[in-house]
Amino acid sequence: MALAGFASQPAAAQGKQLTLCWAAWDPANALVELSKDFTKQTGVDMKFEFVPWTSFADRFLNELNSHGKLCDLIIGDSQWIGGAAENKWYVKLNDFFDKEHISMKDFVDATVVGYSEWPKNTPNYWALPAMADAVGWTYRKDWFSRPELQAEFKSKYGRELAPPKTYDQLKQIGEFFQGREIDGKKVYGAYIFTERGSEGITMGVTNVLYNYGFQYEDPKKPYRLAGFVNSPEAAKGLEFYKSLYKCCTPPGLTNAYMQEGLDAFKSGQVAMQMNWFAFFPGLYKDPNVGGDKIGFFVNPAGPGGHFTQLGGQGISVVATSDHKEDALKYIKWFAQPAVQQKWWDLGGYSALKAVVEAPGFLNSAPFAPQFLESMGIVKDFWAEPAYAQLLLDMQKRVHDYVVADKGTAKEALDQLVKDWGKVFKEQGKEVAAQ
Amino acid sequence: MSAMTQSDISIDRIAPQAKSRPVRQVRGLSDRTIAWLFVMPTIALLLAINIFPLIWMIRLSFTSLNLSMAYLPLRFVGLDNYADILSDDDIWNRLQITARFVLASVSIEVVLGFGLALMINRQFRGHSFWTTVILLPMMLSPAVVGNFWTLLAQPQIGPFNYVVSFFTGIAPNSFTLIGDVALAPWTIVMVDAWMWTPYVMLICLAGLRSIPDYIYEAAEVDRASPWRQFWSITVPMVMPFLMLAVLFRAIETFKMFDMVNLLTSGGPGSTTELVSISLKRAAFEKWRTGYSSALAIILFVTVFGAANIYVKALNRVKQR
Amino acid sequence: MTSASTTAHSIVEASPRSKALAGVIVILYAVVTIAPLLWIAATAFKSPSDAIAYPPKVLFQPTLEGYVNLFTIRTRQTPDFIASLPPAQTWYDRLVRSHDMVIAGPSKVVPRFINSIVIGFGSTFLAVVLGTLGAYAFSRFRIPLADDLLFFILSTRMMPPVAVAIPIYLMFRELNLNDTHLGMILLYTAVNVSLAVWLLKGFIDEIPREYEEAALVDGYTRLQALRKVVLPQAVTGIAATAIFCLIFSWNEYAFAVLLTSGTAQTMPPFIPFIIGEGGQDWPAVAAATTLFVVPIVLFTVLLRKHLLRGITFGAVRK
Repeated sequence: MALAGFASQPAAAQGKQLTLCWAAWDPANALVELSKDFTKQTGVDMKFEFVPWTSFADRFLNELNSHGKLCDLIIGDSQWIGGAAENKWYVKLNDFFDKEHISMKDFVDATVVGYSEWPKNTPNYWALPAMADAVGWTYRKDWFSRPELQAEFKSKYGRELAPPKTYDQLKQIGEFFQGREIDGKKVYGAYIFTERGSEGITMGVTNVLYNYGFQYEDPKKPYRLAGFVNSPEAAKGLEFYKSLYKCCTPPGLTNAYMQEGLDAFKSGQVAMQMNWFAFFPGLYKDPNVGGDKIGFFVNPAGPGGHFTQLGGQGISVVATSDHKEDALKYIKWFAQPAVQQKWWDLGGYSALKAVVEAPGFLNSAPFAPQFLESMGIVKDFWAEPAYAQLLLDMQKRVHDYVVADKGTAKEALDQLVKDWGKVFKEQGKEVAAQ
Repeated sequence: MSAMTQSDISIDRIAPQAKSRPVRQVRGLSDRTIAWLFVMPTIALLLAINIFPLIWMIRLSFTSLNLSMAYLPLRFVGLDNYADILSDDDIWNRLQITARFVLASVSIEVVLGFGLALMINRQFRGHSFWTTVILLPMMLSPAVVGNFWTLLAQPQIGPFNYVVSFFTGIAPNSFTLIGDVALAPWTIVMVDAWMWTPYVMLICLAGLRSIPDYIYEAAEVDRASPWRQFWSITVPMVMPFLMLAVLFRAIETFKMFDMVNLLTSGGPGSTTELVSISLKRAAFEKWRTGYSSALAIILFVTVFGAANIYVKALNRVKQR
Repeated sequence: MTSASTTAHSIVEASPRSKALAGVIVILYAVVTIAPLLWIAATAFKSPSDAIAYPPKVLFQPTLEGYVNLFTIRTRQTPDFIASLPPAQTWYDRLVRSHDMVIAGPSKVVPRFINSIVIGFGSTFLAVVLGTLGAYAFSRFRIPLADDLLFFILSTRMMPPVAVAIPIYLMFRELNLNDTHLGMILLYTAVNVSLAVWLLKGFIDEIPREYEEAALVDGYTRLQALRKVVLPQAVTGIAATAIFCLIFSWNEYAFAVLLTSGTAQTMPPFIPFIIGEGGQDWPAVAAATTLFVVPIVLFTVLLRKHLLRGITFGAVRK
């Protein structure tokens, strides 16, 4: 098979090679491009192991658990940090950072806490923030700017047809577009996450829950769940997500996450799409719906606040790797401001303050302002070592209620409190009476 | 075929007195040694890959081991895991879902498979070719099947809904095979039957072909009607084959994991979450090794017991 | 019952009318049942956007994009960059560049296919060999506790693979067999050998002992008798068993996805996760599905005659 365009082998590299493991998505391709610089500079060859998101956690947690040697570097999900630190899967990077004068203060605070620290809010670093990400929204700017639609919307709702600032507004827009004929095809209002298997519906529903007042625990008493996870406001938020699912989404999307959203938006089925910022560069370049046709907006606010779900990952050195020295070299190279800037230019999302707070940043891409704003309001899921159990429990309860019509929102959240309480108790954490 | 002909054998039988020792221990290894040699590798492999892990698993089921938190001290919890499982409504719900899946799939496969076998046995022109065509779904990987049926069943971009709409007139996006709480359990039955009806058909076909002609000819002489022949001859003689097909399909369907996991992920909610899927989540996503070992043991005992009873019934049918 | 003849029996030759009716029903079923497969085969020749067209396209412009995508890794580049490259040498280079992409290397499909071949055929061969020997022993010799042993062998098939995988995962981790060809071959052989012993015992039971006895009388050793007398007559059974074992090993997913990650990964865990730009690359997935089923179909068609006989488990006969 011809390898046209492939990087040529660097000379005298002693056959050195590093394998970097990540998820298979657009930013990963950008990283491949970016890494050619590293190979040129150091002569170390980069090999990549990319796995689709739906099996990403499965595959690599399996790999880490079995002390595999496949990965030297891993860009692991932010929620793995707790488990990775406790199980010593990752190399602790504090000494390395000190030696190479890499300061965590140079990175956006939310990303340091989210991707690197364990325990949280302590200066113990297990990863370098590599890919800053959050949930955002895209919309069909071309449909929004049709005069007849604008007029109809204005007469119906008394305001302009524009990207929504609150969830109530979003629902109205969704209802407006649901079932409408545009260009001879029936279209639908919105696309939201509903995936059951890995983390999809949780990563979708939290965007609403946070903004209705849902909290993971008592801020004053860790692991105290009752009254915070299943507060009346949280139940209302869950009900809202279900009402959005029922009123304004295309049929058949009962198990849909990132890729189905892209398919639905690109094939012209929906007016608005919830998805990760990571995909927005690719969407902007799409021949069918990109360019002038696409617009972006920040996750809307709710009655209880304005947050958005944190995504993103940090890059870590795997403790069982045989090439730790070279792996650390890669991290040192990756942390340079020039490389971070190029990372952003190629389609990755840098977490370096110098890049995102640079004067030209807001104009560098149509979604840059929304990205910056989102990174200021992010909230993350549990990053405990037991996070997988917590996540899977929430997946089950939320999907049962939202998609399978089981019980009420309050019941679902009450069950979740019980589930989570059990998980924490098994670990010997003090759980307040539920 | 055989290297020896009949004449060779008869010639050599002329001189039995050339044998001085009993035939059974004449040359080479003794029969007993050979028996051992032949059976041992299989038994050893099965002991290593099945029994030893089973014993290990029994031991694990009494612990609180969680592989992703292996740094926590290992606790011996006795029967806690078992109590947990047996008192968990969700687990019973999964078992029910699995049982319904097995029952519905196997029933449909038996009816369709037997029917097809009867038709094919009439040996119309080209039946051999069409039989091979029918076999094709069985040759695919269940995981790949589950995956591409998500495309086929998608209401907007998949053909299935449009085909149904073409024949019945209902709107293509009015139902979701995979997403409707009422339809999803039937969808997994449909896909399973689509894949495995050929298997039952093959077994029934073999059964039908094993019925000697003379029995039917005798019945013709007795002027038994075709209907009577069917019920008194065909069905009883195919019954052992059919029961065997039911046994194998039931076991396989009970074990089903890949097709359903890729098709529905156990959803919507948990309406198609088969017990294998629950087990996989507990063992390889939550990493609750102790708990999932207990669940696996419970499943094994259930299937083993059920199969035991069934095989005894099967043997009685064979006796008749 | 004397040994079954291999000629087909039929319910006293059916009437032409009932034959025609039977034919119509069967052909109808065959067409309905194969329609999804035809759609998949067609999808392999669609472009990625045609594959997810809304509403779905029955008529479309065929392209080899799916197959090219399956075998390559591509990166998206700007049109200027592409214009600056030396001209494309091959048809697939041209095809990829026409979509503003450049081939960055071969994809992993070929190593995965090879893994499937090695692990699939390796475990089938081993299972059939062990199965034949074991079946012969059970058939010809009085083995203590034979019935119980046979049931034990069958019962090893009753556990869901996910359940079996729990301790196997731990065991492989200790023995460093995780993600190795050897580990997977051993595992699949262990699973297949139970079926092989059962099937082959049925076949060997049908072969009259008189032939071997005669050979033994002639001075052949037991082993020679096995090789010269029994095996040739068991060819049908061996072929049928091999088909079933191969179909299992070839298509197996649960063990493969839990116990392999890179080196020994086979096709089934690979195909459903072929990602295109953002979403699943359906034409590539369809292409992989089509290519992956070809060896099995060939194998089965070639051994078709034996397959039917293979279903008559000796367990059913007296």
